[in-house]
Amino acid sequence: MNKKVKKWYDYLWIWSIIYFVLGFFNILCAWLGMIDFVVPLIFAIVGHNKNFCNTYCGRGQLFRKIGNDYKCSRKNQAPSWIASKWFRYGFLIFFLTMFGNMIYQTYLVAAGATGLKEVVKLLWTFKVPWGWAYTTGAVADWIAQFSFGFYSLMLTSTIIGLFVMMLYKPRTWCTFCPMGTMTQSICKIKNDNDQVKL
Amino acid sequence: MAKRYAEVNKNRCVACGECMYVCLKGAIKIIHGRYALSNSDKCIGCGLCEKSCPAGCITMMHREQVSE
Repeated sequence: MNKKVKKWYDYLWIWSIIYFVLGFFNILCAWLGMIDFVVPLIFAIVGHNKNFCNTYCGRGQLFRKIGNDYKCSRKNQAPSWIASKWFRYGFLIFFLTMFGNMIYQTYLVAAGATGLKEVVKLLWTFKVPWGWAYTTGAVADWIAQFSFGFYSLMLTSTIIGLFVMMLYKPRTWCTFCPMGTMTQSICKIKNDNDQVKL
Repeated sequence: MAKRYAEVNKNRCVACGECMYVCLKGAIKIIHGRYALSNSDKCIGCGLCEKSCPAGCITMMHREQVSE
């Protein structure tokens, strides 16, 4: 059988690692994660495709790398409900609600109603002090608050992804990834009447 | 021609593209970001896509089953 030639975009898993390392030392780097939010939407809305998930998603590649190459995945088939529509859309709604809450917290800090919280919240529950990654007053408080909130979201989704990677197949996270669900929905709406050509 | 070929359940497919990535023959494509589609003429029936599919929506079919 032929062996595939690796292209530059096959190494984007390194970007995922760099992102979390940067955020560990400087929380403001969490803003770079917006790339992973905006680019898939641009692909879906403008290009009507899921090329980001298919080719450029560093996180998906990271799960594949750790799961396959480092044999950290049991490679079991995940329960069918994980890829079911109600779970995917339910998780998307939950995720967007949590994202909205994070934006609201940022707003409260910007409005001066509450102070900056230098913590990273894991799994939307556990507060982990993260003060070393930010020098107070370096930027406006709301910018820093968004960074902590966004990094929490990114780290939480990676932890969930790693957990299901270990239990099931490496890219099980992709079956209910909120961005994947959202972009697939956009593609379904945009491409409803397109002809299929192989 | 191979005895088996991959068939994708479009309704369950999440279009993650893992099958397309592992396919050594380029027999699978993601159609408009909606679902994966396997070209049975190109498929060599190796089953790599079935093994890698996280949504479990790929089944290896026997060629005989096509004519049935």
